[in-house]
Amino acid sequence: MSNQNKTQWETVIGLEIHTQLKTKSKLFAGTNTAYGAEPNTQVSFLEAAIPGTLPVFNEKVLRYAIRFGLAVGAKLIAKESTFDRKNYFYPDSPKAYQITQLNHPIVEHGQLIIEDDKGKEKVIRINRAHIEEDAGKSIHDKYAQYSAIDLNRCGTPLIEIVSEPDLSSAKEAVRYMRSIHTIVTHLGICDGNLQEGSFRCDANVSVRPVGQKELGTRTELKNINSFRFVEKAINIEIKRQIKLIESGGTVTQETRLYDADKNQTRPMRSKEEANDYRYFSDPDLLPVVIDQAYIDNEKQFIPEFPAQKIKRYIMGLALKSDDAKIIANDKELSEYFDAIVQKLKKAKAKIAANLILGEFSALLNANDAKVEDDNITATQFAQLLEALAAGTISHKIAKVVMEKMWATDNTAAQIIDKEGLAQVSDTGELEAIVKEIIKNNPSQFEAYKNGDMKMFNYFVGQVMKQTKGRANPAQVKTLLEEL
Amino acid sequence: MQFNGIKQISEALKSKAISVQELHDFYQAKVEKHAQNLNCLINKTPQLAQQQIKQAQSLINSGSGNLLTGIPLVHKDLFCTKGIKTTCGSRMLENFVAPYDATVVDNLNQAGMVTVAKANMDEFAMGSSNENSYFGAVKNPWDLNRVPGGSSGGSAACVAAGLVPVATGSDTGGSIRQPAALCGITGIKPTYGRNSRYGMVAFASSLDQAGVFAKTAEDCALVLSQMCGFDAKDSTSAQVDKEDFSQNLTQPINGMKIGVIPEWMETLPDDIRIQTQQSIDTLKNMGAQLVEIKLPTAHLAVSAYYVIAPAECSSNLSRFDGIRYGRQCDNPKDLNDLYVRSRTEGFGEEVKRRIMVGTWALSAGFYDAYYRKAQKIRRLISEDFARAFAQVDVIAAPVSPEVAFEFNAKKDPVSMYQADIYTIPSSLAGLPCMSIPIGLVDKLPVGLQLIGNNLQESKILNVAHQFQQETDFHHLVAEGFAHE
Repeated sequence: MSNQNKTQWETVIGLEIHTQLKTKSKLFAGTNTAYGAEPNTQVSFLEAAIPGTLPVFNEKVLRYAIRFGLAVGAKLIAKESTFDRKNYFYPDSPKAYQITQLNHPIVEHGQLIIEDDKGKEKVIRINRAHIEEDAGKSIHDKYAQYSAIDLNRCGTPLIEIVSEPDLSSAKEAVRYMRSIHTIVTHLGICDGNLQEGSFRCDANVSVRPVGQKELGTRTELKNINSFRFVEKAINIEIKRQIKLIESGGTVTQETRLYDADKNQTRPMRSKEEANDYRYFSDPDLLPVVIDQAYIDNEKQFIPEFPAQKIKRYIMGLALKSDDAKIIANDKELSEYFDAIVQKLKKAKAKIAANLILGEFSALLNANDAKVEDDNITATQFAQLLEALAAGTISHKIAKVVMEKMWATDNTAAQIIDKEGLAQVSDTGELEAIVKEIIKNNPSQFEAYKNGDMKMFNYFVGQVMKQTKGRANPAQVKTLLEEL
Repeated sequence: MQFNGIKQISEALKSKAISVQELHDFYQAKVEKHAQNLNCLINKTPQLAQQQIKQAQSLINSGSGNLLTGIPLVHKDLFCTKGIKTTCGSRMLENFVAPYDATVVDNLNQAGMVTVAKANMDEFAMGSSNENSYFGAVKNPWDLNRVPGGSSGGSAACVAAGLVPVATGSDTGGSIRQPAALCGITGIKPTYGRNSRYGMVAFASSLDQAGVFAKTAEDCALVLSQMCGFDAKDSTSAQVDKEDFSQNLTQPINGMKIGVIPEWMETLPDDIRIQTQQSIDTLKNMGAQLVEIKLPTAHLAVSAYYVIAPAECSSNLSRFDGIRYGRQCDNPKDLNDLYVRSRTEGFGEEVKRRIMVGTWALSAGFYDAYYRKAQKIRRLISEDFARAFAQVDVIAAPVSPEVAFEFNAKKDPVSMYQADIYTIPSSLAGLPCMSIPIGLVDKLPVGLQLIGNNLQESKILNVAHQFQQETDFHHLVAEGFAHE
């Protein structure tokens, strides 16, 4: 095979993310959803599919799904959504059908902006987010001869978030997945715990020669449960598909499992043996009908997301881009920062960011503490910043004051006053000090006057030493220049 | 002892002319004498009955009972009854003990009614002859060589034979009205959503509706009032206030507009048509105004029904997999073998047929041709009825094109399905409808169907009660079953 004309391949990826909703009870019953209970202790007659039982929709799920739709700017949040049955036999689904939303999902046509591999903004379209119930768990390694079934998870509410095939690399896929993760956790609708299976991902992967319009045959990678594995699984699958096609084979449409231990994907079931799910509208459930007011009411629960925060910090508060990102991506830190900024009068948010990311973070680290421990309240922090802005203290002294604030309950003003840390801005006092220093250092002063600018810094240093750092540097400078 | 309806029994209990236990013993003697021969019961519930007799008596003694307190009844064996076998007439659930009470059972228990037994039925309520029960066919008290109708055949036979004054049933495409007609008693299926489906084992969820059998419309009204009511456990339950359906019974019906469907009448065999026409004429003579109406789409109802109902059944019955409860085959090789053999052994022929038909109708490539089209027909039929009810108060129609037929008379399932032609349209539209006895043809009972508009049970019950004030057909009892 000649390498000169080797085909360039591009990858097309779409993700289906199963997000378990953090409701106390299940999608269609009052049963507890807490993770980690003894097997089969959180199972009602409904989940056990006892004859005669009927589903009753948990309205909280509807509210959560709407919030997600609002958060991704969905063009359609359905005023009338419906439930369908997806029929299949499997022991972890005792009813032998899953209740889902095929035809009229609650959320359609949202979008999300991520960075592509070149660092540019890229829009990823979200086709839909629909409500459905989770299945139970099959446990194959507990007994030698049997599989065990735990129905605790059965009926736990999910929203399945389906992207369009807009992702072009494994890294992009991970970035998209992280963005969705950030949204659902910031919304508080999902605990985001990948290990416990609260946030799971299926990836549809295909390759095609660059320039080709139609999509290649895709495979579906099932249930990948970490960000790292998503990247690895997709990459290994891309490689497999390209190698297969280049060696004259064709990709089969099939579901594949990623084996993290062997770092390979292997077929789970092919299209031929795939189930015919015989979807039809669930006759046990009425359409969910809501009005615009109902949707609007959920808007109050939509927080500002990191991406929006970063923009606000940079554009509105003149923060450095890196600082803005660090603060915005940390939910607690950004809440603290916002609370401080809100209380500022003369002081600048930028200075607040500097202090928070510098001295304050150092204090947190040194004391192994968290922002939410509230060692220095936002109000106290703002007062410190105001003192700095008013010129009462210098940046250097601010650090000293902050350390004392951390250790005591005293306010900045109290500490400055008690410790005599106020900056010396009195021109008469400073002038006396400067003159005294000049008198004691005649040769250095001579050199300064002869144009040795190093001596300028020497004198500033001497003044600072004399005043224990409390001298106003700008005033010292003016005084020296005037002499 | 001879009682003419629940009110009389209740009066006797209240005045202490008899005790609940004596009442029970009276009916129990009939059960002992006839039940086995009629094969109308699957399981008797003597322990539950004893407990409920005590409760009922103390309710009566304390003066806190109501008209239904102490009245014995049987439940069709698809209503879950806590701690008691609920078989659905199937080998699959032969030993299934329900862990809870259906809402309708609970509602009737609340009134202090006494559950005597679980009644035989076509397996999973699929059938029109009660020949599809794993526990054997039920015999019609009017002729022991004939079917009682189905699927609530056991319930109907029990009431017709006087073993109990009241029985519950369920009606998906005619399973109360047709056996009521074939057994010569009164039976009502209320509006879809009136009765909670919680605890009623599902056949076709969008059609299934619980109802009542009794001798008279008045008794049906009394029991139905207690059964019905909004239930938060059933999402399709109608959010309407509880209603006393017996309130309007005594209203005269003169001036009431009663719709008749000439096209339906024409298709009846002569003897049944004559009988039916006579009952309609009686209503006219009572002052009702007859209005001819058309239901142009109704002739497609049977075809649509036998797509929709099996489709839903194929999904509803998938839970019977032999794992958590119900029949489990011996020594399964693997999971698939467990599923296949448990279901093969557990289900009867008709149930399997409908599961297959429904699975086919929903499968990829056929959905549009069958299921979607059937749903469209269903919508059109509802619209037909809406137009009709713009002109009339109640519709009077035949129930069945035939009287009770002999066992094994129908080998072809389709010919069995086609006999549901008059009951299915109102089922698809979810309307309240009932059957009342209107006399005999060849010594076998014939029924008249009364169909009401949405939630207008009280109107059809009113017409039925007034008819029963004018006629004695509801007093006719099969030979050998009269109360002494």
